[in-house]
Amino acid sequence: MLAETLLVARKDLRVEWRAKVALGQVTPLALLILVVFAFALDANTSLLKLGAGGLYWVAVLYGGTLLIQRSFDVETDDGNMDAFRMSAIGAPSLFLGKALALFVQIGLLELVLGLGIAFFYEVRIVDWALLLVAAAAGTVAFSVCGVLWGVMSAGLRVRATLLPLLLVPVLAPVLLAGSRAFETALGVRADAGWTWASLMFVIAAVHTAIGLGAFGFLLEEG
Amino acid sequence: MSTVVEFEKVVAVAGSFPVLTGLDLRVDQGEIVLLRGENGAGKTSFLRTCAGLIAVNSGDACVLGFDMGVDRRAPRRYIGLLGHENHLYRDLWVREHVEFRAAAAGAAESDTDAALEKVGVPEQLWTVPIGSLSAGQRRKVAIASLVVGRPRLWLLDEPHATLDMKSRENLDLILGEASASGATIIFASHERPPTNGLASRVITMGGGRVLEDSGAS
Amino acid sequence: MTAVTTSRVKMTATPITRVLGVLALAATALMALLGLVVSPADVVQGEAVRMLYLHVPSIWIAYGAFVLTSVSSVLFLRRTKHRADRGRHYDRLAGSAAEVGVVFAGITLITGMLWGKVTWGTYWQWDARLTTTILLFVTYLGYLALRRLPADPMVRSRRAAVMALISFVNVPIVHYSVDWWRTLHQKASLSVGRRPEITGEMYWTLLYSTFAVTIVAAWLIIHRYRVIRLEELRDEEALEALISSRLTKDDGNN
Repeated sequence: MLAETLLVARKDLRVEWRAKVALGQVTPLALLILVVFAFALDANTSLLKLGAGGLYWVAVLYGGTLLIQRSFDVETDDGNMDAFRMSAIGAPSLFLGKALALFVQIGLLELVLGLGIAFFYEVRIVDWALLLVAAAAGTVAFSVCGVLWGVMSAGLRVRATLLPLLLVPVLAPVLLAGSRAFETALGVRADAGWTWASLMFVIAAVHTAIGLGAFGFLLEEG
Repeated sequence: MSTVVEFEKVVAVAGSFPVLTGLDLRVDQGEIVLLRGENGAGKTSFLRTCAGLIAVNSGDACVLGFDMGVDRRAPRRYIGLLGHENHLYRDLWVREHVEFRAAAAGAAESDTDAALEKVGVPEQLWTVPIGSLSAGQRRKVAIASLVVGRPRLWLLDEPHATLDMKSRENLDLILGEASASGATIIFASHERPPTNGLASRVITMGGGRVLEDSGAS
Repeated sequence: MTAVTTSRVKMTATPITRVLGVLALAATALMALLGLVVSPADVVQGEAVRMLYLHVPSIWIAYGAFVLTSVSSVLFLRRTKHRADRGRHYDRLAGSAAEVGVVFAGITLITGMLWGKVTWGTYWQWDARLTTTILLFVTYLGYLALRRLPADPMVRSRRAAVMALISFVNVPIVHYSVDWWRTLHQKASLSVGRRPEITGEMYWTLLYSTFAVTIVAAWLIIHRYRVIRLEELRDEEALEALISSRLTKDDGNN
């Protein structure tokens, strides 16, 4: 199963490498969102510094949703979903493979966004370990939830609006936890950052468990 | 000679439309079967039902020994399906795509080169993104993706579409070879003869059922 | 629960639901009387406390219906594992409970906001209950959107059921997260947001209101369930007609 998972992940990443959608379009867009936040908050540097943790995750939500959408558009284009269903690769491997590829893509997005808040909002990183662990936890949660809900809206005409509608209530606690953890790591507030980070891992674990079980028949056509 | 496909009074519904309305058919191993019929006759639906992509509403359907009413996903790994669409990842290079399909089907990635040569995709195109190929070349890549998996049952929907004369003859050769080595082939086509010469049996469909069968076994 | 088995019957009422309906009307009338007239005004909040007689039962129905949807969905998934045809009644129950639930979630939010404006001075409080309720409301909307997709009915029901299952796990996570968040960040002045103690006559009125609203909700769910059943029957008959028309058309061609 590991081999199949890596196979699927490699394929997804290679598609992305050739098409350069995440790199060329989504990441610049998410960076722009950070700039737009500054416009919205009147370039109030103290406000931006205070809110950097949360604003970062909102930008990740925006960019992440686009990446999840893209991941499944690739699969539904040209009848690819049928090939997906017909393949000898087991559904759990398909699920994990796509989640892994998304993890890498969203992770790279976050790297750039992290640099963005460092430069645009002049944040100071107090706790590197917490920051990285929290970012990883949030990314895992985004990836796993993204694949699970992405497949539910895949191929539908209304998918561009249905996916966010389904995804955001589910990711809301991740956003909450991520923002609080980041605030602690950025020294904005003394909070229970590590507990928030573990909450994100719990959410990711729950969705992974459900995904491994349900992905198979969620793939069946609609 | 084992039975590869056995359908008895099969009714299949896709969306809310009955695409198969009581279909009876039996196909044995090694046969090459041509499906004909007007648009809407149910050819595509029949192929998809064999592939387990459409659920059987009533009747008995058995594919490669698997009961489609119990688990329609079971026979999929032994089936090669080529639909109207090509199932290609447009951003990948030709070779990368076929390599992926090979690995996904459990075949060796080294079989890729042989498959691409067989279908007649010139080597200089192997490192070209699929999206920039012509329709005919894309069809050939799709066929190569099928060939590399060495399926036991080939389900092809208008496989000759967009291919030039030479490529069509080539495809017929490939299908003939596959059948000779034990695979079963069912393909739907609107083509005029020469295709007819390939098939050992012609079935005409209409209204979701079999109307005529030139070689009922 | 099913009342009708033929398409000629156009109504969804049966003797039981007629009785239930009358009971619901009477119970609501009594609730209005008790809530608006008989029970006393609160010492602190004044007349505004009367809003709670609708608000609190609505919360109960919103969340109760949600649990019902989720449990139904689990049972549906388990049943369909063995035979693809069985278990449709669980799916219908999940759908009807969700529709009633979303309405009461909306009522909860609106009455809550109005009550909050009068008592706290603000329409909104970022506490666990309100925040979770609005997320529950949106989750419901997503679930209902999923149920309406153009797709094979079986596939649609199964997807919706999986969503209900995930949401069942997710909503408590949301509640816990927000609750913990607000507890950590609570300042002294926010104690004004605490809910009042209810005793005596108000307590009994509240209890009774919960009972009355539950009857209304039950009546709504039963009827919605039956309408869904009728819709399915209609679709099944249309399908049968389509199949036979294709068959006869074909025999004509031969």
